[in-house]
Amino acid sequence: MLVGNIATVVLVSLGAVFFLAGTVGLLRFPDSMTRLHALTKADNLGLGLVVLGLLPQVDSVLAALKLVAVWVLTQLAGATVTQLVARAVWRGGGS
Amino acid sequence: MTEFLLAASVFILLMVAVGLLRVLRGPADIDRMMAAQLLGTGGIAALLLLGTATALPGAVDVALTLALLAAFAAVMFVHSGGSS
Amino acid sequence: MSLALLADAALVLLVLGLAFWINAASRAFPAVVGYVAFGLLLALAWLRLSAGDVAMTEAAVGSGVTGAVLIAASVRLRSAETEAPPPALPLRLLALLLSGLVTAALAGLVLWTTGPAPSLADQAVQHLPGLGMGNAVTGVLIAYRALDTLLEKVVLLLALMGIWSLAKDRYWGGIPGPSRIQPTNGALILLARLLPPIGIVVAVYILWVGATDPGGAFQGGAILAAMWLLVMLAGLRDAPAISRPWVRLCVTVGPAAFIAVGLTGFALPNGFLSYPDSIAKPLIIAVESVLTLSIAVILGLLVAGPPERQP
Repeated sequence: MLVGNIATVVLVSLGAVFFLAGTVGLLRFPDSMTRLHALTKADNLGLGLVVLGLLPQVDSVLAALKLVAVWVLTQLAGATVTQLVARAVWRGGGS
Repeated sequence: MTEFLLAASVFILLMVAVGLLRVLRGPADIDRMMAAQLLGTGGIAALLLLGTATALPGAVDVALTLALLAAFAAVMFVHSGGSS
Repeated sequence: MSLALLADAALVLLVLGLAFWINAASRAFPAVVGYVAFGLLLALAWLRLSAGDVAMTEAAVGSGVTGAVLIAASVRLRSAETEAPPPALPLRLLALLLSGLVTAALAGLVLWTTGPAPSLADQAVQHLPGLGMGNAVTGVLIAYRALDTLLEKVVLLLALMGIWSLAKDRYWGGIPGPSRIQPTNGALILLARLLPPIGIVVAVYILWVGATDPGGAFQGGAILAAMWLLVMLAGLRDAPAISRPWVRLCVTVGPAAFIAVGLTGFALPNGFLSYPDSIAKPLIIAVESVLTLSIAVILGLLVAGPPERQP
């Protein structure tokens, strides 16, 4: 249990750092493409690490599977949105 | 552990909310869309943390719904020509 | 538990700040993006108040489907948007003062009433096991407030008719939306192929757990509608012509089934929209399933818009 708790603290903290980095990047980076780069880090690693960190805290396999499913679905959505946004910016939509 | 998860939840929520300043600044609407996307992901993370910390019924199901619809707004935006 | 208090305070401040900012935004699009974010925060707030059902509806309908409709609308109206001069300062101050007063009055009512508010909650919950419903919200919606729930679906139907009536005469009975753009985006097509099967499973799950946990017909229907729209947006399937018999059937079958079950109640136990005890649960699940289908098709067609092409 102790090992699980330590893992949770470490992984969730790491995830939070990625959200911090994503926000700082979104606010500080100079153009849409670099901001997109910052956003995807929070999407992928931020949520991924938080989900990994929460896994030791749930008490059933079903609950764990649901957590992982949330992450996988967000991945799918994030990857698609990134493609769409990048294409739109590439065609000269954003600046 | 409950305190830690709650604190992490508040931290992530505040972080992505600060990201909303990008909605204020733009300059392009696509940048605003990105801020909404970040808030969506951060909201899901905060929801999962909150749900696990306080054993709220249905928190993970709400997160599942949000995750399914995460791409919907941005797809609609690009498709309706909002980026041009 | 002071940390929980801090979390709630942060959430309240965020919700209030964002609401203020949405009202202050000068253009439609930033306000709409703010609204999508607002819906998400509101879902979190409802969850903190242990109202999981409202939270899920807010996430699926408020932030998800409505947000997408508003985004499409604001993009469409962008060229027509003019820089209207903001109202004069005294007027704005007056509006602030009035809405502040209303808020303060409401807060006062909640905070200064002594003793517990009069409530029928105990009596209501007492009878729910007879219906086979563990989730009090679903139980109340489908049993005690059945007429309201029925009328909600009829309102949706009326809204759809309102949108269809915007069609030009020559396109009546035609296909909603502008002509199908050729599918060029591989990523979107991949998403539209992968996500709907998962979405259908989740929607059925949400409908099913609606009996005992947060969830139900509206939330499940909203997810199904979003999946259908995704397939249409990716160009995999065109929207159906609104004159198709199956479209009309799907749109009306939910409210019709509800009315039919309600009328049968006249003959069997004791009145309009009451359920015979022995088969209450299967009956409710059957009605909810059909309602989900209708809600999904209606919401999908609402977003797809008025017919703009000949069938």
